[in-house]
Amino acid sequence: MPGFINWKVRCGMVEVLKAGFYTTIQDFGRFGFQRYGVPYSGVMDRYAAGFANSILGNKVDAAVLEMTMTGATLRFDCDTVISIAGADMLPHRNEKSLPLYKAVKINKGDVLSFGKCITGFRCYLAVLGGFKTQGLMHSQSMCKGITDVFFISKNQTLEIGINNSFSITKSAYVKVKIDYINTSNLNVFKGPEFDYLSKSQQEFLLKNQFVISKEHNRMAYQLEGVMENQLKPIITSAVLPGTVQLTPSGTLIVLMRDCQTTGGYPRVLQLADASINTLSQKFTGEPIHFTLSEF
Amino acid sequence: MTFNVTYKRFGERAILVEWPATIDEIILKDILRYKASVESKNIESIVEIKLAYNSLLIIYTSFCRNYENEVKRLESCRHSTKSKPDIVSTLWKIPVCYDAVFGVDLETISKEKKLSTDAVIARHSEAIYTVYFIGFLPGFLYLGGLDEALFTPRKATPRLQIEKGAVAIGGNQTGVYPMVSPGGWHVIGNAPINFFNPKQDIPCFAKPLDRIKFVPISISKHKDIKMLVDAGVYQLESEVWHG
Repeated sequence: MPGFINWKVRCGMVEVLKAGFYTTIQDFGRFGFQRYGVPYSGVMDRYAAGFANSILGNKVDAAVLEMTMTGATLRFDCDTVISIAGADMLPHRNEKSLPLYKAVKINKGDVLSFGKCITGFRCYLAVLGGFKTQGLMHSQSMCKGITDVFFISKNQTLEIGINNSFSITKSAYVKVKIDYINTSNLNVFKGPEFDYLSKSQQEFLLKNQFVISKEHNRMAYQLEGVMENQLKPIITSAVLPGTVQLTPSGTLIVLMRDCQTTGGYPRVLQLADASINTLSQKFTGEPIHFTLSEF
Repeated sequence: MTFNVTYKRFGERAILVEWPATIDEIILKDILRYKASVESKNIESIVEIKLAYNSLLIIYTSFCRNYENEVKRLESCRHSTKSKPDIVSTLWKIPVCYDAVFGVDLETISKEKKLSTDAVIARHSEAIYTVYFIGFLPGFLYLGGLDEALFTPRKATPRLQIEKGAVAIGGNQTGVYPMVSPGGWHVIGNAPINFFNPKQDIPCFAKPLDRIKFVPISISKHKDIKMLVDAGVYQLESEVWHG
């Protein structure tokens, strides 16, 4: 019709046919609200999520789908381009196997499905332009106690941006370093209370191999076993994702992205940022050990 | 009063500043002065400053390459600011129903402390508490000023579910659970108030150095206020606090 502007449809929809074990929308988190006791949240594995976004030319911190242990099944009602990174959950498009770490064209009506992880624990799905779910406090990251919806469920629909400017042929070959998923080494710095530990406790922490207990989620990873501990609780002070706490009973807890803002247990170690990504890809029974880095 | 502080690196991108390990309002005021002086310099590389009883955690955008210089810069910020920041404090009057329906551990505390339940309620509601900071859960206020006669060790086994609004005592602290949560504190009442509203620009009404007073109310008043709060029309009573 002459005189009318031909507006392109700006949004498409993704329908959730199966939600998987625990699936959320995450960006890089909620900053500036710790003073109100609000957790950072955000993708557990920043390296993988950032990688998936970069392949598509998205902003590195664009909102992605984070799938845990067993992935989702999704139907797209529009054309788009996707990329997948992190844990290998054997992704398929319409029954045909898909590679990780590559831009993949999706056509309207395509069904994208993920199974159980065969490597790693958390898999990231990025879509061209990012997921367009509702934000709160400058972030789209879902978190219990903060956002009304805090996990993805069956039959939910997720909005995505439509952008046809992407050309798959432009996508250069990208070198993938996935060693970080398989290593059992976590690089750490001394925590604020490390020096209060005895020499033998310090040696135990740094020479022993630990096993991930069944108590692990987006808030924290608890390690199996106990270590000798006479340290008293501290006056409540700041904690961060990656802080390793030693409880009065001698249990070690590694705080993760959804952790509380403050805590009262001695903070014996602090994970290097990259090692938080590594730990995010671990699950029950996997071994880890700490290597002390100097600043 | 200005205290000696110590500096420690905390992870790749943060510096922990620590005051003497005691809970004291004079320390809180010094911490707030320090925080205000650093904030007034608008240092671009600082993302956020987190406050707790006797510490500040200064978080940077990227790896602190020159730690010694950064500490010097922080120290100079602190000493270059001569004027005291104006901290306007508010006294918030929080309605609390201490009825046994909500105060499920009131009886236990009363027995343990050899005080009548009325005396426990009186001691808890007559005090004026100081807000130190918000932490643990979104909207959870760390308060100072609990009557020593009410200090009660935490439960050995925490309850799996403590109701939203539960007013509780744990050790030498008292507080209000802003949302349903597990917890090891003794519940003595319930406040039908939202301590955290993520949809508001400022999600918590209280800030450090504000005061809190608990005002005993009946069950029916609790119900009425809850209705107004849920409808988003309840006005919490408050006044300017000259401390």
